[in-house]
Amino acid sequence: MIGEVDPTIINLTVFVLAIFVGYHVVWNVTPALHTPLMSVTNAISGIILVGAMLAAGPAESDWGVWLGAVAVTLASINVFGGFLVTQRMLEMFRKKDKKGSA
Amino acid sequence: MSANSVALAYLIASVFFILALKGLSSPLTSRRGNLFGMVGMTIAVITTLTVTKNWALILGCIAVGGTIGAVVARRVEMTAMPELVAFMHSLVGLAAVFIAIAAVNNPVSFGLPAVLPMGSKLELFLGTFIGAMTWSGSVIAFLKLSGRMSGAPITFGGQHMVNLVLAIVMLGFGLWFFFSESTNWTAFAGMAAIAFVLGFLIIIPIGGADMPVVISMLNSYSGWAAAGIGFSLGNPMLIIAGSLVGSSGAILSYIMCKAMNRPFLSVILGGFGSEGGTAAAGDGIQKTYRSGSADDAAFLMGNADSVIIVPGYGLAVARAQHSVKELAEKLHAKGVNVRFAIHPVAGRMPGHMNVLLAEAEIPYEQVLEMDEINSDFSNTDVVLVLGANDVVNPAANVPGSPIYGMPILDAYKARTVMVVKRSMAAGYAGLDNDLFYMDKTMMVFGDAKKVVEGMVKAL
Repeated sequence: MIGEVDPTIINLTVFVLAIFVGYHVVWNVTPALHTPLMSVTNAISGIILVGAMLAAGPAESDWGVWLGAVAVTLASINVFGGFLVTQRMLEMFRKKDKKGSA
Repeated sequence: MSANSVALAYLIASVFFILALKGLSSPLTSRRGNLFGMVGMTIAVITTLTVTKNWALILGCIAVGGTIGAVVARRVEMTAMPELVAFMHSLVGLAAVFIAIAAVNNPVSFGLPAVLPMGSKLELFLGTFIGAMTWSGSVIAFLKLSGRMSGAPITFGGQHMVNLVLAIVMLGFGLWFFFSESTNWTAFAGMAAIAFVLGFLIIIPIGGADMPVVISMLNSYSGWAAAGIGFSLGNPMLIIAGSLVGSSGAILSYIMCKAMNRPFLSVILGGFGSEGGTAAAGDGIQKTYRSGSADDAAFLMGNADSVIIVPGYGLAVARAQHSVKELAEKLHAKGVNVRFAIHPVAGRMPGHMNVLLAEAEIPYEQVLEMDEINSDFSNTDVVLVLGANDVVNPAANVPGSPIYGMPILDAYKARTVMVVKRSMAAGYAGLDNDLFYMDKTMMVFGDAKKVVEGMVKAL
């Protein structure tokens, strides 16, 4: 019989597959949009906000909550700043919208 | 929400993140992509709220952070994008460290066993160490990019030895933490402290010219830090989002290295891009060049059929983008085919020049990448080089030159070349540029903005 798979192995599986997805998706990004790519990935790495929320909102709280609260604030700067600045940049690429990007 | 529903919601959010990046394959779909990213993040946050307490505190912190982020995003100058990006990388790194500390302190709140198993300890070690390095490295990158610290590389004897020893000591602390029965704060703190110092030491020897690589690399680190925390918390969404960002940054670093023909390792080891480079800045022979006025240049361009403008970072520094747009429009009105040629490292970060030109409302179909336009230089009448230097240096084709092998824009093939520059000083690589001394080249000295304004007036 096969025993239970360690969750770390499952996470590793997800990790490796996600890298492949990232690799293929990112190579398709047009070079003209590399700066917005960087700012949007900045926002996406703000997903760490989820971890920060868990730290800030445990069932039983102690000083760790405050660390979590700071982390929530930092990550929110990333999420909001990242998405909004990306949007601002992409708006600039819209002006004089014509078909085809060469 | 049950654990299963939470996991499913996280899966949906992850798919949205992938779609966000996919949208960037064209300017037409990019805004929708960004929207997908926001939707994914909203799903992730709301889902997480259902499993946490202290809502007032959490939402309050999100409001504070969100406001700061929104204000910064609105106010930042496009020329300052690299600094902003470096600043935001540092935040991810620091947040990762805080979360790891909180997890070591109170594992149960993260759904981990009260006594951390070895696997979790290893993952927390990785998350902390990458996060700490991302933070201190990004802080240095931010200081260098914003000019608060000299861009010159800081090197000292035995630098690599010091780094290596520190890395080994850090691993030692890690192992100690790993094998301690109870929570070993001393080991954890020692490990984190060394990681902070290492991040700092790894970035200081890297010179200003290599900043596009550094910033992409830190982008990658910030992703791996998020993925590391995802491992620690057993959260696949964090792993997926982190890996997307990590691989994106890695690819950008690779593209930047390739565009400068510099092996990644030598960028990381640093020391390049020093001020007053040792390279052949002057080989003793007084070379002659031709210089002209903005009026002369305007006359030549006005009578040309085709003009390619090669913008460099000097253009952005002089804030000449809008004048350049006017110039392009005037020429266009005269029936001149005007296009822009962008080298991958024109600017301070990948794609920076495209954003600067887009900000000036130059239509993106006139802005071409190096590979798309390089074959057209030979049948172009006039090339106007604005604040660029190394990326048009034909020395890249000469074996033995320090930049040999670097892909360049073949400006030297055009019928006439005009270079707008402040002086004859060398570029980042510290090299003289033979393009400036060619018979068909005309130098126009002065501030890029003033010169371009002069050209616009003359047309």
